[in-house]
Amino acid sequence: MTIHTAILNTDSLPFCKGCGHDLIAKNTAKALEKMGYDPLDVIVVTDIGCHGIIDKCLNTHTVHGLHGRSAALGAGIAFGVDNPNKKVIVFIGDGGSTIGLQHIMEAARLNLPMTVVVHNNFLYGMTGGQTSGLTPQGFNTTTSYEGNPYAGYDICALSHTAGATLTSRIIGIGDYSDKLAVAFGTKGFSLIEVMEICPSYGVKLNPKRKLKEIVEEAGREIGEWINKRNAFENQQGRKTNNLFAKVPDIKKVFNSYLKHPMSIILSGSAGEGVQLAATLLSEASIRSGLSVTQKGSYPVTVGVGFSTAELNLSPEEILFHGIDVPDVVVITSADGLAHNKARIKNMKSGKLFIDSSLTVPETGAEIIAHDFRSIGARDASIYGVFYFALKSGIISTESLFKTIEEKGLTDKLPMEKIKVKLAEA
Amino acid sequence: MQETTKGAHTLVDASRLIIEGLARAGADSFIGYPITPANLLYAYSSQRMPLMLPAPDEITTIQWMTGLAATGKVPVTATSFPGFALMVESINMAYMMELPMVIILVQRLGPATGTATCGAQGDLLLLKGMISGGHPIPVLCTSNFEDSWELSEKAVKMSVELRTPVVLLTSKEEVMTHKSFQLDKLNDIIPVEKKYFSCKDKNNCIYKSYGGDGLVPDFLPVTQNDCQVRINASTHDKMGILQHSNDESMANTRRLEDKNLHCLDNYTFYDYDEQKGADNLIISFGITAAAAKNAVNKLRHDGIKTSLLIPKTLLPVPKQYLEIIEKYSRVVMAEENINNQFGDILFGMNKPEKLRFVGNLGKMITPQQIIQEVK
Ligand SMILES: Cc1ncc(C[n+]2csc(CCOP(=O)(O)OP(=O)(O)O)c2C)c(N)n1
Ligand code: SF4
Ligand SMILES: [Mg+2]
Repeated sequence: MTIHTAILNTDSLPFCKGCGHDLIAKNTAKALEKMGYDPLDVIVVTDIGCHGIIDKCLNTHTVHGLHGRSAALGAGIAFGVDNPNKKVIVFIGDGGSTIGLQHIMEAARLNLPMTVVVHNNFLYGMTGGQTSGLTPQGFNTTTSYEGNPYAGYDICALSHTAGATLTSRIIGIGDYSDKLAVAFGTKGFSLIEVMEICPSYGVKLNPKRKLKEIVEEAGREIGEWINKRNAFENQQGRKTNNLFAKVPDIKKVFNSYLKHPMSIILSGSAGEGVQLAATLLSEASIRSGLSVTQKGSYPVTVGVGFSTAELNLSPEEILFHGIDVPDVVVITSADGLAHNKARIKNMKSGKLFIDSSLTVPETGAEIIAHDFRSIGARDASIYGVFYFALKSGIISTESLFKTIEEKGLTDKLPMEKIKVKLAEA
Repeated sequence: MQETTKGAHTLVDASRLIIEGLARAGADSFIGYPITPANLLYAYSSQRMPLMLPAPDEITTIQWMTGLAATGKVPVTATSFPGFALMVESINMAYMMELPMVIILVQRLGPATGTATCGAQGDLLLLKGMISGGHPIPVLCTSNFEDSWELSEKAVKMSVELRTPVVLLTSKEEVMTHKSFQLDKLNDIIPVEKKYFSCKDKNNCIYKSYGGDGLVPDFLPVTQNDCQVRINASTHDKMGILQHSNDESMANTRRLEDKNLHCLDNYTFYDYDEQKGADNLIISFGITAAAAKNAVNKLRHDGIKTSLLIPKTLLPVPKQYLEIIEKYSRVVMAEENINNQFGDILFGMNKPEKLRFVGNLGKMITPQQIIQEVK
């Protein structure tokens, strides 16, 4: 093991003379050293911006990602580390905090074990001193020489209300390693906003203005805000289920008389059992030795409008499962009819089972009108597949009853009523 | 598959096969953001993956996944074009950082939000150029239920063994359709093993993100404290330190391209059903492969000799495809778009005379359409 005690591997950091980033790095190192951290128990995630070029000077693990995304990248590491003795620290600028605000809010909301150090120098330093979302009102930048007309975000207020355990704001002058140590020592999420000024753009464009005054005028209080919360704990997934365990085996115990592939459309209204009816028909067909494909379609608002199921049954393996013109259509409501009018019109043969309350549309299919809805709207489609089985003889009604039984749905469906109706039909 | 009775059928969808396959191959975490038609994959993952987290958006999704991968996890997500578009910069990051992950891209009809519940095969050209610099990112495409299982395993292995994000390409009609299927037909999957860096001199341990014998660096998670790890999405040298464009860092960037190309033979997957004496070749993949199989069966039944190529490794393009195409005087490519994206990738603007294209927009390609082009 290489033992370093120093967090930084050099004193001469790569920033412009007088840049506040230099002090942040040195105070960070001092704080971690005081706390007794082995540098390799620390993971520093840096953003893209002037502050992000600190990587090569660190003896910690370093991860250098994209502009604005370091809080999310650090969060990913925090999820994976799962060890309270490790420390994840994110270095980000005011610019990165603007574009990646959501990531900071998310980490605060989840109270992830990590510290975000916001290097707020009021502008995008690396790209030439432009106005950021944290630039105070009235502050001059290279894209607002007359002063930023808009007020900046209060990142501390946002962090605190999002749920951070600790949020603090400090002026980035002198030795503030103790303040950083408090943030680093926090068990859940902590954010510390360090107010600084970029000599190359900020000082030049705002001569004679003092950092403290700028902060005060912007109404940014120096302080510490606390939420009493437990740090994030992974709640989900520890218990995993084999996805095949609950998929029922369907054994072939019935026969089918189907000799050629057949395409079937079941269609009715949402809440009228169409998709369940399709599953019953599919499973009963598998029980009868057929190959099956099944898919559903319905509007995005699943509770209203049409509900359609498309099935293919075949004595052989089914490859292509699309249905252009179906062989059989079972329509149990007006919604279902409207959704399938064009396809029904294109049928030159085959069978159209349709509820007798509906006007028979133009089609070349044989029409079989029946009062499917008399069983009650909720079960119209399920009765529809029984009726289809009875009249077509493709599969037996017993295979459907058996499927209902195997699925444990006997008490939920009107079995007796279906039997009586089938006997009458 | 011990779970099912031998020979018994089940009614399942490909989403279930994909997630179970990924998990058995060693994927251990899923980051989700809802989008049709990838929602079943998200739902199954929430029951299956040892770590499951809901992200607030798709940029966060890949960032979290990359962070997890840096700690040694093998994360997965599933999305469709709108989400994938947001992920592009972050996938570039993971690519540059050489961290493994599988991104399931379920294609739907575009442009933009397009139609969420309509299938398509329109995202291949985006994948071809999505890494800045044009460097190849592996794309495996499923063409049937067996693929949903086997290519899921391969995707995990490829991402770990090559240390790269891998895209598992599929489409709405594949992952949202239930079929009768025998689970006991599936191969057993053995979990992937990571090659970890072991340091030779514990007192002066130096880990280079590249510098070993092979093209692919060994893993070293940021959770250990034997040796410093530097992970960098900016142009970097062997130590993982940012560089402008010096020789060493350029060699590193070239290696990212080379490792995926040089190792391609190990990850070249395709089905080639050759009929002796055939002049016709049909090429199809993804959802359209099923229609192509039907078409080939019918053509052969009618005495028209036809071979079928189903590419599964779409990117980087294995050289075998052009070698096969060479042998035929008529080649029909079928894919569900109107611009023959894989044809574009294979031939650019110089498409051979013998090439014909069958495409569709908003509708699955039928076997009849393909047969017509061959006849
Ligand atoms: C997605 C994206 N947009 C824009 C940029 C360009 N960019 C690089 S650094 C930077 C500004 C950094 O400003 P800040 O985060 O405040 O850091 P500072 O340089 O001030 O330390 C920007 C906008 C980028 N790298 N990526
Ligand atoms: S440009 Fe500004 S922020 Fe960047 S290093 Fe120089 S002084 Fe610091
Ligand atoms: Mg800044």
